[in-house]
Amino acid sequence: MRELDAIDRKILRFLQDDALISAADLADHVGVGAASCWRRIERMEQSGVIRERKVVIDPKALGLEVEVSLRVTLDKTQTDAFDRFIEAARDVREVNEIQTFLGRVDVRLNVLARDMAHYQEIYRTRILALPHIADIEALMLVANVMTKEALPL
Amino acid sequence: MIDLDDTDRALLRALQGDGSAKASDLGRAVGLSQPATWRRVKRLEDAGVIAGRRVVLDAAKLGFGVTVFLGIKLATKGRVSLEDFERAVSAIPEVQLVQHVLGMYDYRLKVVAPDLSDFERVLRRRIMTLPGVGDVEANVLLSEEKRPLPI
Repeated sequence: MRELDAIDRKILRFLQDDALISAADLADHVGVGAASCWRRIERMEQSGVIRERKVVIDPKALGLEVEVSLRVTLDKTQTDAFDRFIEAARDVREVNEIQTFLGRVDVRLNVLARDMAHYQEIYRTRILALPHIADIEALMLVANVMTKEALPL
Repeated sequence: MIDLDDTDRALLRALQGDGSAKASDLGRAVGLSQPATWRRVKRLEDAGVIAGRRVVLDAAKLGFGVTVFLGIKLATKGRVSLEDFERAVSAIPEVQLVQHVLGMYDYRLKVVAPDLSDFERVLRRRIMTLPGVGDVEANVLLSEEKRPLPI
């Protein structure tokens, strides 16, 4: 992969800040021609530095008011505990994030539900039925304080 | 909250799969003309269902090899206002995400760093020194999988 230069990084900073910035504005801001700016973006897309352009959908606007982070510890005496747990978690429709960790927590599931009754139903019938769970802790989302996810480039 | 019909939901599912899909392709996927598709997407944006658009970068390829999630418990609730803590923590460049949560921690943070020793420096110098910080738990991210929203 070709090394990124200062102009590439500047382009990425502007794109992180405003994904809808026009190619002309972007070229202006970073001080290169529009065609050159375009080529740089294309190159970064091809090399995978720019992974994708994503539409951010607000779960609350879809009526999913409850968001819970479930921190799971697995029974590691079972050799395939991680694989089997994750495979089963993928089948739970309301799970929209599966992360694995090194630390006290093994796996984290993000669960979305319409309300507390709905959450309780998912938790009891779907989550607790997942294989190899040793322990679960829940953190309920009160508010997203900051969700910029902008890398310090 | 706006009412969504089956076509809106199909559009959102398609957009979730490919955030850069053109209106013409989206329209074909859900059986709408290009202008009708555009109008529906606009309505979903105006209603806040589509909250924005984002360029997703590959952190590892940009030199941020380590992502850590922190659980933070405040030690001095009430004395230091939550706003002070939130403002200070949100201003740290390495902090990507700040969530106020209910449970055994008060806040959930996502932090990126080039490697573990850089992360330790951010943790010691920037995060542990924040007003009111008590218990901190760190978990290093190994893998991450985003699943579609249940639309």
